[in-house]
Amino acid sequence: MLHYIGKRLLHLIPVLLGMTFVVFLIIRAIPGDPAQVILGQQATEQAMAALRAKLGLDNPWYVQYFEYLKGLLTGDLGESLRTAQAISSEVWPYLAATFELAIFAMILAVIIGMNAGIISAWFQNSWFDYVAMIIALIGVSMPIFWLGLLEQWVFSINLGWLPTSGREEVRDPINAITNFYLIDTLIQGRFDQFVVAIKHLILPGIALATIPTAIIARMTRSSMLEVMRSDYVRTARAKGQKMFIVIYKHALKNALIPVLTVIGLQLGMLLGGAILTETIFSWPGIGRYIYEAIGYRDYPVIQSGILIVAFIFVMINLIVDILYTVIDSRIKYN
Amino acid sequence: MTRKVLLDVKGLETTFFTDDGAVQAVDNIHFDVHEGEILGIVGESGCGKSVTSLSIMGLVPSPPGKITNGEILLEGKDLTKLTDKQMRAVRGKDVAMIFQEPMTSLNPLFTIGNQLVEAIRIHNKSWSKKQAIARAIEIMKLVGLPRSEELINEYPHQLSGGMRQRVMIAMALVCDPKVLIADEPTTALDVTIQAQILKLMKDLNERLNTAILLITHDLGVVAETCERVVVMYAGQVVEEAPVKEIFKNPQHPYTQGLIQSVPDMRYKKDSLFSIPGNVPKPGSIKTGCRFAARCQYVTERCTAETPALFELSSTHKSRCFLVEEGIKQ
Repeated sequence: MLHYIGKRLLHLIPVLLGMTFVVFLIIRAIPGDPAQVILGQQATEQAMAALRAKLGLDNPWYVQYFEYLKGLLTGDLGESLRTAQAISSEVWPYLAATFELAIFAMILAVIIGMNAGIISAWFQNSWFDYVAMIIALIGVSMPIFWLGLLEQWVFSINLGWLPTSGREEVRDPINAITNFYLIDTLIQGRFDQFVVAIKHLILPGIALATIPTAIIARMTRSSMLEVMRSDYVRTARAKGQKMFIVIYKHALKNALIPVLTVIGLQLGMLLGGAILTETIFSWPGIGRYIYEAIGYRDYPVIQSGILIVAFIFVMINLIVDILYTVIDSRIKYN
Repeated sequence: MTRKVLLDVKGLETTFFTDDGAVQAVDNIHFDVHEGEILGIVGESGCGKSVTSLSIMGLVPSPPGKITNGEILLEGKDLTKLTDKQMRAVRGKDVAMIFQEPMTSLNPLFTIGNQLVEAIRIHNKSWSKKQAIARAIEIMKLVGLPRSEELINEYPHQLSGGMRQRVMIAMALVCDPKVLIADEPTTALDVTIQAQILKLMKDLNERLNTAILLITHDLGVVAETCERVVVMYAGQVVEEAPVKEIFKNPQHPYTQGLIQSVPDMRYKKDSLFSIPGNVPKPGSIKTGCRFAARCQYVTERCTAETPALFELSSTHKSRCFLVEEGIKQ
């Protein structure tokens, strides 16, 4: 097993290397000049040339690329052109904000989606099944930015129940320790702020959870329907087992692998930062971080940001692959 | 035979409500199982054997299937009238079942021990896990599984087909059921393993006095293990007799055909006998004998009237006009 994990981690190297190369070329292909953005429209040609030389942007692209790779190998993600801060120290609050939102959304999606799928399969062709599957179909087809705006309009502006955007009250900022605000507020015993943080999570959380919930529900349903026809489910019933346990123990565990695959892919996507949702709800996450860096032509931030996102995505897939063996002992890697 | 009747199936009718209309898979079936007896139910695929056994277990897939008539009396208690909860208490405890496919009948993701312990603790809620494991090991030894203590932590895919069927038998017997229904328990196994499993079932029947309802299409299996036989055709019982009687003196033309089509090693034949034609689609024949279209003795009466189950003796019954006429003469 360790051998397998080691091999998978080694495979990561060419994947990430190839990715840095592609990203590096693409961002340099977009028109625009970081020096221009930093110095403004009125900047003189000499000033811009001086800045370019200072930032190393006057070198040929392959020299820049190898400089960047050299940095990466020593664990240096580079420096933001805009803030002149090391990306490795700057990125964490954004990453934590995205993690908190994505995990919150995924917990919602797994609980609601899996149960909806299980109950739909259990009572196939019942009204619950029809209603749940219609909602799921709407869920996968819904444009998320539109749903987000709708939520804000209904729950913030009209009903006034929840805040429209951000992670905290501007007048009462949360003292960041881990940058997971739910954890930070609890550590500091600020339950009032904990509630505030939760309230800020709900609307973007729902918006972000919509598509994964719908996909998980549909996958769970079809996987469960297949499993529930199997002989061992009949055996479990023949033992006199309760239907609830037959379904949630015997059938569900067997139906779990395709569902887990979907959960892994969706979580990977959410952790990559949902740019639309983060923009609508002004959520200071990694998606917004990279998006803004594109506006500023902040090359190192774009490169390293995407590298981090890709790394997370690949790691989640590895974890999912390992979880398969936990669920099903027949699956073996060597 | 003066043994007590344990399971009494009276006029059982199981109907499947499909898009093409209602289909009676099992039609007005009567038979009984005595204490400690092995009763065979024989018939071709699609004759309603499995539906009969699932009806007794209350496991007919529903929808579309439903018991529409009749009684299934287990020691006088009608199983068709029980609530879901009451039926769960019967399943696995009073009536247990083993299935045709040992390869797929065990849950691949739980250990053998887990599945046996589950079966024990459903009906013995006060038992500790330790007690249940001890019982599981005991029953595994009883069904001849070697190295039970290790096997308990293994998964079904680590076992052979024969061993899995032994596990299934162990699981069925773990709560000392009164009746064990075995639906084609040896069909999926190779011949030497078949013989072992049949011997095991016969042994257990003698030792534990568990009545067994053995469902099979294989007359060889019947001859080896059963005391009495019920022959089913197209959802009906066509003949019922003690096993010796049925082989020596089969009365229904269908039974005769079945026996004729068993290969016999002693004689060299060019081709095996087979009954011409196919089993009719359930529900397609409304009046007349259901076997008429394939019967070599068919008369006009056979298609005009529906034969009843005629009694040749107190133990031998047959659903054929020839028998009725024979009795009358």
